[in-house]
Amino acid sequence: MSDLIAFRNPTEESPWARRLLIGTVVSILSLLLFAPLFVVFSEALSRGWMTAVESLGQRDAWQAIRLTLTVAAISVPMNAVFGLAAAWAITKFDFRGKAFLITLIDLPFSVSPVVAGLCLVLLLGANSTLGGMLVGAGVPIIFALPGVVLATVFVSFPFVARELIPVMIEQGRAEEEAALTLGASGWRVFRTVTLPNIRWALLYGVLLCNARAMGEFGAVAVVSGRIRGETATMPITIEMMYNEYLSVAAFTLAAVLALLALMTLALKSILEWYHADALAATRRH
Amino acid sequence: MHIQIEEIAKAYGTTAALHPVSLAIPSGALVALLGPSGSGKTTLLRILGGLEFPSSGRVLLEGADAAGLTVQERRAGFVFQSYALFRHMTVFENIAYGLRARSRLSRPPAGEITRRVTNLLELIQLPEIGGRYPSQLSGGQRQRVALARALAIEPRMLLLDEPFGALDARVRRELRAGLREIHDATGLTSIFVTHDQEEAMELADLVVVMSMGRIEQIGRPIDIRSNPATEFVREFVS
Repeated sequence: MSDLIAFRNPTEESPWARRLLIGTVVSILSLLLFAPLFVVFSEALSRGWMTAVESLGQRDAWQAIRLTLTVAAISVPMNAVFGLAAAWAITKFDFRGKAFLITLIDLPFSVSPVVAGLCLVLLLGANSTLGGMLVGAGVPIIFALPGVVLATVFVSFPFVARELIPVMIEQGRAEEEAALTLGASGWRVFRTVTLPNIRWALLYGVLLCNARAMGEFGAVAVVSGRIRGETATMPITIEMMYNEYLSVAAFTLAAVLALLALMTLALKSILEWYHADALAATRRH
Repeated sequence: MHIQIEEIAKAYGTTAALHPVSLAIPSGALVALLGPSGSGKTTLLRILGGLEFPSSGRVLLEGADAAGLTVQERRAGFVFQSYALFRHMTVFENIAYGLRARSRLSRPPAGEITRRVTNLLELIQLPEIGGRYPSQLSGGQRQRVALARALAIEPRMLLLDEPFGALDARVRRELRAGLREIHDATGLTSIFVTHDQEEAMELADLVVVMSMGRIEQIGRPIDIRSNPATEFVREFVS
């Protein structure tokens, strides 16, 4: 026994401790992550494939899917650009109020989405000065698509910036400075040096942002007015259907939402696998 | 290229990194900025390269005020302390970067770029490594690639920030000789920053001893050894 202990790697635990730890993690994961996912799919298919597919064919469900995809398609690119700009400003420049800006980026994490939604309604609703003007001009924000997009942009704002800031801090400015001394313009430096160095963090941030954008409930519930077939996104439609005891329809739509999330994860894994060599080369160093 | 530094000062907020310093560097010289950390030597180098702007004073490059020149227009071959190689590019692409970044009119054709990069890889005596990534190189190889990348743009001067700092003693001696050779072959005015007095004394034609943002002494290594101007210089070079 004594030589076994002598030969064990100092950072390794005993076999029993290892089994216990791995077992605990696996059971927690199955209970918290896989079980709910399994239940969603099994409930959706509880009355057969046909019923599930038919429920998706309803106008409300179809409109909700379209709206959610539209909102994500608008707000995710916006937040990718905003996040990139914020991370760039914070990590590459020193200026007054930097600490305040970093706190501000986290605001959507700390403010309840419902409160954020209410703020938007107060600011841009038909009863406010600004909102009244916009409604008068024929561009209503609240209870319409722009409001849903604004709320989604607000709640999913931090993800890209939060992913990028640590990576960009760790990489420093030296490579960009080197590119500048070699004669490259600012835009070229960004395109050929900065962006390739942060592309994985950016991708990961965008995927998280997308997941949050498609799944947002609280803020969107307030600003959208929950107009069926018009401003009701997938999460909201799911909740409405569930409240109306349309459980197959609700769970089918929920399964579609879960599938969309799983697809983004799969996309990330495929990209990582495909670029494994380049990834390994850039992560060492 | 002749470099004239006139009363250059640099302050970050209220802390002065450089008190007004003046220095003339003759064309083709190999100059060491020698001093302990915090002596302002790297700040001075970065001001010459256009990466930082002086709070006051001016730099004359070949008699012309450099104040209006951007970092790109200065064409200073800069070797960074940790080399700052582009980690997602091969060695070949790293060295070709400056040539490819030129405007369409002055950019050499692809064949010419390949030829020049190949020549530079031979100059640094690493002809085989063009296809590798920086992470696959040793410290000494990285330093030489950084030097080749800086030379590729046909710089008007060569600026090196602690070029041998992170290397072990044997590699450092080799590279020192390599830098001397490249300097003599190209005739470029070269300025390197170091905190190692032995390195400065052995390699440089002209040594500038700095401390606390001031220049303590300027002179040939032999003069500084035999005639230290201040108590600080005497202690630092002994």
